[in-house]
Amino acid sequence: MSSVTIDKAAPTRTVKLGSMSRDRKWALRWSYFFLTLFAIFSLLPPIYMLVTSLKSSAEISAATNPWWVFHPTLENYVGLLTSNQFLRFFLNSALVSIFVVTITMLISVPAAFALARMRFWGSATLATGVFLTYLIPDSLLFIPLFKVFAQFGDWTGIQLINRWYVLLFIYPTLTVPFCTWIMIGYFASIPKELDEAAIIDGASWFQTLTRIFIPVALPGLIAATIFAFTVSWAQFLYPLVFTTSTDQLVLPVGIITTLIKGDVFNWGQIMTGALLGAAPPLIIYAFLMDYYIAGLTAGATKG
Amino acid sequence: MADVALQPNTVGAAQPVRKRSGLQKALKRKSTAAFLMTLPLIILIALLVLYPAFYSLHLATLNKSMQRFVGLGNFEFLFKRDTFWLVVKQSCIFAITAVLFKALIGFIVAHFVHNIPAKGQRKWRGMLLVPWVIPPAMSTLAWLWLFDPSYSAFNYTLSFFGIGPIPWTGDADWARFSVILVNVWYGAPFFMIMYLASLKSVPEQLYEAAAIDGANWWQRIWYVTLPMMRNIIAITTLFSLIVTFANFDIVRILTAGGPLDHTHIFATWAFRIGIEGSDIPLGASVSLFMVPILAVAAIFILRDVNKRGNEA
Repeated sequence: MSSVTIDKAAPTRTVKLGSMSRDRKWALRWSYFFLTLFAIFSLLPPIYMLVTSLKSSAEISAATNPWWVFHPTLENYVGLLTSNQFLRFFLNSALVSIFVVTITMLISVPAAFALARMRFWGSATLATGVFLTYLIPDSLLFIPLFKVFAQFGDWTGIQLINRWYVLLFIYPTLTVPFCTWIMIGYFASIPKELDEAAIIDGASWFQTLTRIFIPVALPGLIAATIFAFTVSWAQFLYPLVFTTSTDQLVLPVGIITTLIKGDVFNWGQIMTGALLGAAPPLIIYAFLMDYYIAGLTAGATKG
Repeated sequence: MADVALQPNTVGAAQPVRKRSGLQKALKRKSTAAFLMTLPLIILIALLVLYPAFYSLHLATLNKSMQRFVGLGNFEFLFKRDTFWLVVKQSCIFAITAVLFKALIGFIVAHFVHNIPAKGQRKWRGMLLVPWVIPPAMSTLAWLWLFDPSYSAFNYTLSFFGIGPIPWTGDADWARFSVILVNVWYGAPFFMIMYLASLKSVPEQLYEAAAIDGANWWQRIWYVTLPMMRNIIAITTLFSLIVTFANFDIVRILTAGGPLDHTHIFATWAFRIGIEGSDIPLGASVSLFMVPILAVAAIFILRDVNKRGNEA
């Protein structure tokens, strides 16, 4: 590059090449500059959660520099992690998510296998239907679902509303269609020869699924599991509608309904709770980022 | 995926033809086994998605106590209310603006990430996807605190530049801006990741050919990148349009529809009327207004997905 700037008599072609590599360098610098800006924008709320969670309420209301902690304290963490109520929310969230993930996998893996490999009457329509179901948002169904469960309670006497386990019936409507859909994609990408060989060797359909399809499509399975977990952990509308007693609430709703008392916001604890609530998905993401991204992109690119 | 669905049955033709008792034979039959495997899925969708969906059509024709059939009375009532039209307008503004900015920012950021050496890309991608990973209810709380009128970190920072305190969630227009900002913050990483994946699949030779032909960076984007990414842009935008249009968490937590209903969108208003106001039929009618736009988006997505499936 330097030779280009010195040697003015060089043919235009070389100058052009030089300017191109200079352009490259500047493009790279601009890229880093803007990426830094965007990264700051992206990480601002989580960092602010962390900063606030380390402050005492006295420091928060003192209106000092909000971006800095002058007297770091763990009192918010201690306060929340020793509160039975908060631990109950955490437990409810964990139970709901684990059960929903299990239910989702039990329903969607066999269904995806059948839809990807075993043709039967209406299977193509069903696959399309599954995809369409995935497009139906929660905010369309919450009112009729609430009424359906209320009526179910009236008819059978089994009261499901305002019990945390009612969510086990409802969350699969969000997780199963997507997980089935991406599993169909992963299963369909497995070469036919593999399962034909298994069938010839005398394996049953069930054995083909457990011995061949599940191990081979394990990355897809992990991606689907992560998706099901993050969706059930983050869901806010359904628990807000279906649960009201404080001992039945899951984390997001619990933080919002119990830590905000009227107009009094205990921001230190709210931010601590929010950070603890965001931690499980973030930890999973930190360790399994590639699977996470695979699941994210699979929804629209697979199939 | 759809290509498999269209293929004729090849494996099934090799079924063993053995004499068995009727039931055993039926169970052994591949289509029966397949049907049983999909049965839980079918039951789930039928009972908890399709039934409620049609049930809400029925609900929308009842009066508040759900004892009398009022036909289209709920809709007539809605059409006469100014708040309803405000909600329609706001939902459209909210969804279109947010999706537009998400797509734009996602596209730009994806290019920047694609631009830097491959070895550093992972790190940046990891940081930039964080907003999408945090449960929106949790991150919106952080935004609410950032927007706080008296102790707001934003207003504190802006005061150094001599910009007066901004009523982030107190004033109608600012509240709309804030809600859209948070939605863009949450959704842009999704676009970024989708675009990045599709940018990587554009063959390098195309850019080389374009560069040899003397194309500048704008022409390279317009004539190479965009046509190659057209499908993924369309599908991502439609997806996001559905999700944004049906958004609930962000608006609910940030403004709860206020000030004076000026940030309500369909989902939050339906919640306010149907659950908080316990007028379930009216709430159901409100949420039904989301159906047309969702259906149109869904049809386009489906067409695209099937087309891509057949090409593959």
